[in-house]
Amino acid sequence: MHFPHGLHAAAQSRPARARLIRRHSLTVRVAHWLNVVCLCVLLMSGLQIFNAHPRLYWGKYGADADKPLIAVGSRQDANALRGFVQIGSARVETTGLFGVSGENGAATARAFPAWLTVPSYHDLGAGRHWHFFFAWLLVLNGLVYLVHGVWRRHFRRDLLPSRDQLAPRHLWQEIRDHARLRFARGDAARRYNALQKLSYLVVVFGLLPTMVLTGLTMSPGLNAAFPFLADLFGGRASARTLHFITASLLVLFVFVHVAMVVASGLWNNLRSMLNGLYAINDDRE
Amino acid sequence: MLMSLAAGAGTLALAGCDRLARNTGVDALLRGTEKLTVRSQRLLLDRQSLAQEFSEADLSPVFRANGTQMPDSEEYTQLLEHGFEEWRLQVDGLVQRPQRLSLAELRRFPSRTQITRHDCVEGWSAIGKWQGVPLGLVLDAAGVMPGARYVVFHCADELERTLDGSGRYYESIDLLDAYHPQTILAYGMNGRQLPVAHGAPLRLRVERQLGYKHAKYLMRIEVVDAYGGLWGGKGGFWEDRGYEWYAGI
Repeated sequence: MHFPHGLHAAAQSRPARARLIRRHSLTVRVAHWLNVVCLCVLLMSGLQIFNAHPRLYWGKYGADADKPLIAVGSRQDANALRGFVQIGSARVETTGLFGVSGENGAATARAFPAWLTVPSYHDLGAGRHWHFFFAWLLVLNGLVYLVHGVWRRHFRRDLLPSRDQLAPRHLWQEIRDHARLRFARGDAARRYNALQKLSYLVVVFGLLPTMVLTGLTMSPGLNAAFPFLADLFGGRASARTLHFITASLLVLFVFVHVAMVVASGLWNNLRSMLNGLYAINDDRE
Repeated sequence: MLMSLAAGAGTLALAGCDRLARNTGVDALLRGTEKLTVRSQRLLLDRQSLAQEFSEADLSPVFRANGTQMPDSEEYTQLLEHGFEEWRLQVDGLVQRPQRLSLAELRRFPSRTQITRHDCVEGWSAIGKWQGVPLGLVLDAAGVMPGARYVVFHCADELERTLDGSGRYYESIDLLDAYHPQTILAYGMNGRQLPVAHGAPLRLRVERQLGYKHAKYLMRIEVVDAYGGLWGGKGGFWEDRGYEWYAGI
């Protein structure tokens, strides 16, 4: 078989008959990267804040004398400081990572380690400055994205699963494909798959609003303006716990999201979120 | 390789963040949204919006005591030994009739009892029952002068040992919060006299703000037009150390 010069090389970098489509609007792209920065800083400054009282309760109040739902702490045993995470009555030793970790060369009692907090050293005041600045940025960015999503039909067209995508058989097939890292090709790749749509919807309309609302519930000022929020979440202490749990779910989402981005064509995905262009190949598998 | 690149980038970013965090210019930029927060909260908050009040069943079994739990001065020890009979709350500054009020006189004012939640900036919360005189009544007795904008609270305790007194706890609120119905000078807690650990003989309650605003061991109330001239100039002990003056969030 004789290949024309160049086609052999082209076949390595881009499959024959691939075309570029416009995938993400400018607003979506900007909002996406702004969110990446915001969530990073919010997470790390949030852990700084959490470190100030690394105990989570359920109910209307909670302090040291009350039984925590989740706690990260340390205790001194015979000759060393030992860190632990406690959930309910189950305790796991986590020395070196949670509860006790190295800071400036010495074993320090701190819930989350220095490399996970902003600032890395203990400073609740500064942590709050970072947290509230980027919280505002997140909310303003989110409002722009929400307005855009409704007005430009991004939600309806791109995030709402179609009827065929919600059929149980289809969903089950998608789960199996994902587990095998088999991704759509050709025209099927033009739209998000059902699992993608559902997870994005959960993040955009579930997890992120919950972060904001539970965060606002912890504000004594806004608690006076909207007391029903605290009641909705089961108390101020519960809201704080939900804030932490929802953040953990967001972290989990990010891990899966990044893994899938890498597995389903890193450069193609990155490019589409940078300049908006996404390559669809028409190869049959 | 991607993972190590990411880890490397992450470490660089973190070190960069620390350097940024220590930079006063960056800190000032980050604090730029505080005005936005105050304005939007005040927009949403009616003058009279009350912080949540609870029932006896909601009381924290143990109300954590924080900060100073026993002031370290001779003066305070003497006052405590004599059951605060010699203690007087001084009310001065921009007032027409400076006052020196004893506990007995304070108790003769109309009192308010409220079961509210104390939210510490650290993250814990406790519910307690407070009884005291609404600050507004004391201010009216003293006659606040035009031009007054803030109420400063001077306390007996030192959170830091200093030679010049700058380690002494103090706080300030504006007149809007000063006249709020739930802003009281509390002398009773959970049905008993305010314990020493919680600020005996008198502490402030400002129920729509975080715990550090609720100054304990009150000695003097000073009405001023600006708090910038006091100590670190930020309006409170913790404010001078990097915390927000408006602690609604």
